[in-house]
Amino acid sequence: MSLSVKHILGAQDLSREDIETILDSALSFRELSTRPIKKAPALRGKTVINLFFEPSTRTRTSFEIAGKRLSADVINIAGSSSSTVKGENLIDSARVLEAMNPDILVVRHSSSGAAHLISQHVDCPVINAGDGAHEHPTQALLDLMTLRDHKNSLDGLNVVIVGDIANSRVARSNIHAMKTMGMSVTVVAPPTLLPSKIEEMGVSVSYDLEASLKTADAVMMLRIQSERQDRSPFPNLREYANLFCLTYDKLRGSKEDLLVIHPGPVNRGVEIALDVMEGPRSVILNQVTNGVAVRMALMYLLLGGKDEADN
Amino acid sequence: MKRIIKNGRVIDPANNVDGLYDLLIEKGKISAIEPKGGFTPEQYEKSTCIEAENRIVAPGFIDMHVHFREPGFEYKETIETGCRSAAAGGFTSVAVMPNTDPVIDNRSVVEWINSRSKETGSVNVYIIGAITRGLKGEQLSDMADMHEGGVVGFSDDGRPVMDSGVMRRALEYAKMFDLPLIQHSEMLDLTKGGSMNEGLVSTEMGLKGMPVAAEDIMVARDISLLEPTGGHVHVAHISSGNSVDLVREAKAKGLKITSEVAPHHFILTDDAVRGYNTDAKMSPPLRTQNDVDRIKQGLADDTIDIIATDHAPHHEMDKATTFDCACFGIVGLETALPLTLNMVREKVLSMNKAIEKLTSRPAEIFNLDRGAIGVGKVADITIFDPEREYILDKSKLNSLSKNTPFDGWTLKGKTTHTLVAGKPVYSEK
Repeated sequence: MSLSVKHILGAQDLSREDIETILDSALSFRELSTRPIKKAPALRGKTVINLFFEPSTRTRTSFEIAGKRLSADVINIAGSSSSTVKGENLIDSARVLEAMNPDILVVRHSSSGAAHLISQHVDCPVINAGDGAHEHPTQALLDLMTLRDHKNSLDGLNVVIVGDIANSRVARSNIHAMKTMGMSVTVVAPPTLLPSKIEEMGVSVSYDLEASLKTADAVMMLRIQSERQDRSPFPNLREYANLFCLTYDKLRGSKEDLLVIHPGPVNRGVEIALDVMEGPRSVILNQVTNGVAVRMALMYLLLGGKDEADN
Repeated sequence: MKRIIKNGRVIDPANNVDGLYDLLIEKGKISAIEPKGGFTPEQYEKSTCIEAENRIVAPGFIDMHVHFREPGFEYKETIETGCRSAAAGGFTSVAVMPNTDPVIDNRSVVEWINSRSKETGSVNVYIIGAITRGLKGEQLSDMADMHEGGVVGFSDDGRPVMDSGVMRRALEYAKMFDLPLIQHSEMLDLTKGGSMNEGLVSTEMGLKGMPVAAEDIMVARDISLLEPTGGHVHVAHISSGNSVDLVREAKAKGLKITSEVAPHHFILTDDAVRGYNTDAKMSPPLRTQNDVDRIKQGLADDTIDIIATDHAPHHEMDKATTFDCACFGIVGLETALPLTLNMVREKVLSMNKAIEKLTSRPAEIFNLDRGAIGVGKVADITIFDPEREYILDKSKLNSLSKNTPFDGWTLKGKTTHTLVAGKPVYSEK
């Protein structure tokens, strides 16, 4: 078992075989996480560095737990990416860390391409934990794992992604991974939150959430990141919610087994109504559980996958 | 010292000359022209001969758009190193943009650059003065005073003149000197935070885009200002197909508008940015194949008058960073000739036209006493081998900066000799 790539910089680089290998492997790691002793020795003696230039709780924690359950030594480093010379600092940071011989670098940064840049300056595998509006591949993998848990096959599934597509790395990673796995993707948002030529990425575009939901097998609600909005793309949150908030009302007419996912953290009542979020179709917490499993699988596979996962 | 350039194919678009001629150069000027082998044996013997067989002998190239970074940013380029790069690329004349520190917005900086160029430069350095004081887009710079100092045009390059009222005043005022205003056409309110062309590639890469509309709107606005003012706008580094159409229409109406294109805008598309290649980051950004195709049409029908490099040297530390933080611009002087010859090989331009856009046409637009070969003319001459193939190694560039997206490319066409006022400033080793 191995992957076709050395680094996990984007879902765009992953083949169908890569994704299947990762998801299959993640299943056994998820099982491990339910045992009384949640630890495997696979990465004993290995060092994983979480280099986060952007504040993050859940993703960083998920990577940390993933590494620790595989017995790796996990170090968390929080950097600031606010300075205008952040690029130089980034290369310097990478070189300094490289000199400490890490086995995996996990990188989050507000600039698109940051993980790519770091990967050019270090020898160890780099996992992109989110770079600007570019990609967040581990999120896409955990989303696929969650969908696969509930559906027989990913092939042919209709997924609707709703919200701030323009600024979302989650949307981009999911579009790439879902297209690779033979799924159909519709993006739903006001035109002001859709990036140029998005349809050329192989997705359908709609402004009508309710209509799009009718044939959907899953709907992914994206967080509205008001702090990133330059020249507000909609008049106010109330109008946005009227049109694009996932409510039971809008779910009328959708399939019985439609799944609701969200990368979190959720703005309750803005992109998703509280009762839908906590209702039976929501698998938001399963996503979190799967996040740890997918990240364990990736670390394991990137370091060669030489040991049995559960020996 | 007498020199003879012999056995070369002389192409001089200004005089409709294309044939095998030998040139005699004395005291910095061309003193005689004879058909190949036409001088007396004694004349050949008494002169230093430059063999130009199978090479093209052209008027020295003129690049109306370079950034030599001096004063202020000498770690990127200096007048000395920029001139060396120009000479290696076959350019005998360049025009430096005013976004130095201090800005070239008054006579004293103009005089300083003139004297610095005489001291350290090897090619003719013409100067573009700022349109507005400090490039701030608010108050006109000392245009008359700078004109006295010899500037050949005005531009706030890199910073478009956003205020239409200021642009109107500038167009009117500059008429007194019959000098063009060179506009970097970009509506900043559409490109804020952008680092590449807006389109599929920017969407996939998660980078903020700079739409072509930002260029088109300003080109259209400036055209609208030409009629009431009677001014002359020169559109710098045109990159948008729509803008080419706008310039074509304006020319058809008889308005005083000229335009230039940089080689990267007819060679590359925004696909070159993939992989977050900061050496493919420039402003205006690389566009789409559709824009490239329409730029080629514009070159072919003379909507685009001249080729200018927008030579924009940046130190590695300004480029070795995340794409959004990297500086805009690439060096261009040493790759312009082979890339332009690509247009000849693609039959977009004839050899004569290509040379015209590098020599007589810029001279005509900017009133320079250069760009032609003739008895009594200053001997600014470029000799190049259009068939020479080589692989570009950016570490060998003469420019102080190495920011080029063409590293490792196989280029065809190379300058072998560059003469400024009869003096060799570059000879191939």
